[in-house]
Amino acid sequence: MIRQEFHRIDPKRRANLDYKKQQFATPVFKQQDYPHRLNFYDTPPTAEITLEQFEQWAIDRLKILAEIEACSYRNKTAAETTTHITPLIQKFLPLSANTSSRTGAADPRLKNERQKDHYSHFILRLAFSATEDLRRRFARAETMLFRFRFQADDSRERRAFIESLNLDWEPVSDEERRELAEHLVAATPGLRRSDEESWYKVDWEKVPELVERRVVFLSRGKAYVPEREQLSMIVAEFTTRIERALELTSRAVPRLDEDDRLSPILNHLSKNFGSAESVYTEGEGVVDGAPITASSVDHLSQHFPLCMRNLHTTLRKNNHLKHYGRLQYTLFLKGIGLSLEECIMFWRQSFKGFTDDEFNSRYKYNIRHVYGDVGGDVNRRGRGYPPYSCQKILNDSNPGVGQTHGCPYRHFSVDNLIGLLQTTGVHDKDLLRGVREDVEKTRYHIACNRVFEWAHKADIKRVKEDGSASEIDLDTIVHPNTYFKRSYLLKQGRNSQRNA
Amino acid sequence: MPHSVASEDSPASHKDDEVLPDAPNAAEKNGDDVAEKATAGVKLEDMFNDEDDDDDEFPTSSTPVETKTQPTDAPGPPPVQVDTETMLAFYHRLFPFRYLFQWLNHGIVPSPDFGNREFALTLQNDAYLRYQSYSTADLFRKDILKMNPARFEIGPVYNRNPRDRKTLGAGQLKPLAKELVFDIDLTDYDDIRTCCTKANICEKCWAFVTMAIKVVDAALRQDFGFEHILWVYSGRRGAHAWVCDPRARNLPDDRRRAVANYLDLVRGGTQSGKRVNLKRPLHPHMNRSLEILKPYFAQTTLVDQDTFEGSEQAQRLLSLLPDKGLNESLRKKWESAPDRSSTNKWADIDALAKTRNSSTLNPAELRHAKQDIVLEYTYPRLDSEVSKKMIHLLKSPFVIHPGTGRVCVPIDMRSVDQFDPLSVPNVTQLLSEIDSWDAEHPRNGTTEGPDAEGSVPNDSDARGSRKLQDYEKTSLKPYIDYFRSFIAGLLKEERNGKRERNDDVPEVKTESMEF
Repeated sequence: MIRQEFHRIDPKRRANLDYKKQQFATPVFKQQDYPHRLNFYDTPPTAEITLEQFEQWAIDRLKILAEIEACSYRNKTAAETTTHITPLIQKFLPLSANTSSRTGAADPRLKNERQKDHYSHFILRLAFSATEDLRRRFARAETMLFRFRFQADDSRERRAFIESLNLDWEPVSDEERRELAEHLVAATPGLRRSDEESWYKVDWEKVPELVERRVVFLSRGKAYVPEREQLSMIVAEFTTRIERALELTSRAVPRLDEDDRLSPILNHLSKNFGSAESVYTEGEGVVDGAPITASSVDHLSQHFPLCMRNLHTTLRKNNHLKHYGRLQYTLFLKGIGLSLEECIMFWRQSFKGFTDDEFNSRYKYNIRHVYGDVGGDVNRRGRGYPPYSCQKILNDSNPGVGQTHGCPYRHFSVDNLIGLLQTTGVHDKDLLRGVREDVEKTRYHIACNRVFEWAHKADIKRVKEDGSASEIDLDTIVHPNTYFKRSYLLKQGRNSQRNA
Repeated sequence: MPHSVASEDSPASHKDDEVLPDAPNAAEKNGDDVAEKATAGVKLEDMFNDEDDDDDEFPTSSTPVETKTQPTDAPGPPPVQVDTETMLAFYHRLFPFRYLFQWLNHGIVPSPDFGNREFALTLQNDAYLRYQSYSTADLFRKDILKMNPARFEIGPVYNRNPRDRKTLGAGQLKPLAKELVFDIDLTDYDDIRTCCTKANICEKCWAFVTMAIKVVDAALRQDFGFEHILWVYSGRRGAHAWVCDPRARNLPDDRRRAVANYLDLVRGGTQSGKRVNLKRPLHPHMNRSLEILKPYFAQTTLVDQDTFEGSEQAQRLLSLLPDKGLNESLRKKWESAPDRSSTNKWADIDALAKTRNSSTLNPAELRHAKQDIVLEYTYPRLDSEVSKKMIHLLKSPFVIHPGTGRVCVPIDMRSVDQFDPLSVPNVTQLLSEIDSWDAEHPRNGTTEGPDAEGSVPNDSDARGSRKLQDYEKTSLKPYIDYFRSFIAGLLKEERNGKRERNDDVPEVKTESMEF
């Protein structure tokens, strides 16, 4: 007994010592020497690090990614983002160029920085491979980080890095370039002569970003890319590789031969990342005790932000809304606390000209789906989708012909926007000028908040004076439902004051 | 014995007995499928996406009709009710199951390309069955005959058999490939066509589809290098494109989105003001499109539609021009002559611009604005959501449009100008064509009798002297022949390309399991 006790191995160490597993457990350790500052993260790390490092490095990287993501949610421009995150990167995840040290890549400081970058990336991969949503966001944030670093890299090192990647880009011969000169110039904005640049021919699938924006010449399935658009190609390549790797990771993680040291850390990490997006928590837009029914929507619509008011008036005018309009509006109504029954009644009454059968077969299901009343398990458990945030409305939807969803500040021409504002009773010249400027600078939030502040000028002043401002916080509005709630509460405050 | 619907012969009623009792059962059996059509993994946005374009045939009570000069507000063509018997006879005798199989299977031997392909059936009682799949052409035919769907749609090829989706864990069923598809629908042109609205079409507005097909086809071939593009009439008021090149079929969603956005130009709702604002110089694709579209603008927009005749539309035209002074004088001129035709108004722009003092007016700017206008009024309006998602379902070629009874026939690109949607054969006509052919050729038609095997092509080959297939007796023949030649071209490429692609596969697989 005693001897057995003596030979008993600490369970956590067992895997290392089990001779049966040893033959499988000898990976080929590829020594990483990090010759370049940038990294495509193709080779996983194999050296040992401490648990503290494991956690700390991951947290540091996470901070950066979360900030980058937040910037994109706030619709900041590339320049604004750069100024915002540069100091943060310096602090948490510095990554210096070879030229910053006399000994070049051999400098231990550089090596440590690069190791941290490398390891933290792979740790987060483990943490964020679990769900489709996390993978997508992680890949997106990593891509933005990569793009940012790539742009900041010095040109010689960048070239060396690209060469190390061995991408198959076929250079365009001078002869062919001369033949296509006219097309090349026409397709590539900001270029006067085709011989200013060297050109590469790649499959168009490699540069979807350029194709999508129609800024590259295509012929027979090949895209003719000028050298300065390398960024786009590299970034696309980076994203595809990360996405593929994450996919593989997600399949491998459940089989991870893991003890209970890493899992809690990884879980914790992925939860933290989750908070960045959910500016809106469930039930946030609901105003307690407010009578919200199908019949009161007309009256309440005075508190709606412009996007929803536009949908509402269109609905009243046409007795119909197209799919995405319905989706956006239904989610919003759900957010202000309209119950499913009331919501179905609201749409039933709004869609005049349809028989009950038509309505039930074509529209009712979608409304119930939005509320999580039907649909898959995931949808039901999550009680449908959360109402769209401004971010989502601004970025995801670009209304097509005959569609009315989206954000008027962004998707209307300025003149039509001003017209719409005027129909909602906004006539102040200075205000409209301000809106015009905001829209030109693509600061759609600011324009919307400007209108809000103008419309509730008196109320905001009042609550600031009587100190109840803290109840109704006055941050920038980034969600249509926040707009409604705040507008509604301000109005209520006034009424109750009058009554008192 | 002839076998059409009009006649009340015994075979028809016999068939009736045989199949109809099945239908409710089938619906029952698959009842859970129906209820579940939108479950797990399918996002709300992806469901019913086609709903807005296909189902708007019931006008809303107060339609936001913009200046329709001669509004033909007839409530759509009278709905041709295709009854279940006719539909069944059509599937029985005319529907080219074998070719549809070859087309989707990319070969003769049944492969996962066909076996794991999703079909979605809309039954006669409007129930909708998703995730159907068939391993062979025969099983496919058998099931369609059993279900007798009003129409069916084609989805992607999945990594597993879509029928097994319930035994797979969440997210295990993944779409692998589907043809890159495009959808053009005339309802999207309602604000610029004056001849018809909603579900109605005429030759005049079909021109919009013709020009759209030309522009999109040119771009897909010349820019993207696709070769196997099948255009199909959607049965009522639009057309679909199926790009069948292997390279197109395997595109992931983001690449599809890139193509869709590359081709998409007229963006923005009714409130967006000037909807085409292109940078100069024009992208080669736009340049080419403009050259294709110019003659159509002159004919269709200015003459046939006479779009700018009404004062409101003329007003809109003015709002798209850059120079205030010029606009003012144009407005005056047009107000004094309210009946001025669109062609004249269009010509007035240049005429007046010349007479005006050129110090304020930038001729290049005006020319560019005019180009933008030509594009805004003629450039294809694609329902781009359809193209962006691999899992999007699209109506199969050769099914019957339930509203019109017309067959969704392929459109031959070589004679796209001559294509007339109104003369596309409809199902009752086709069945009577068989009957009259059989009446004229009694030996051929009646010896075998109209048994079910008669329309299975394989069998007829086995019987010594070749017996004509039913479709060859009808006006459907040229369309099916075209479809066959299209498939032949596709299969040829598949055979040549197969080895290359097989070599590619291991490359992906051997990616190490890194994380």
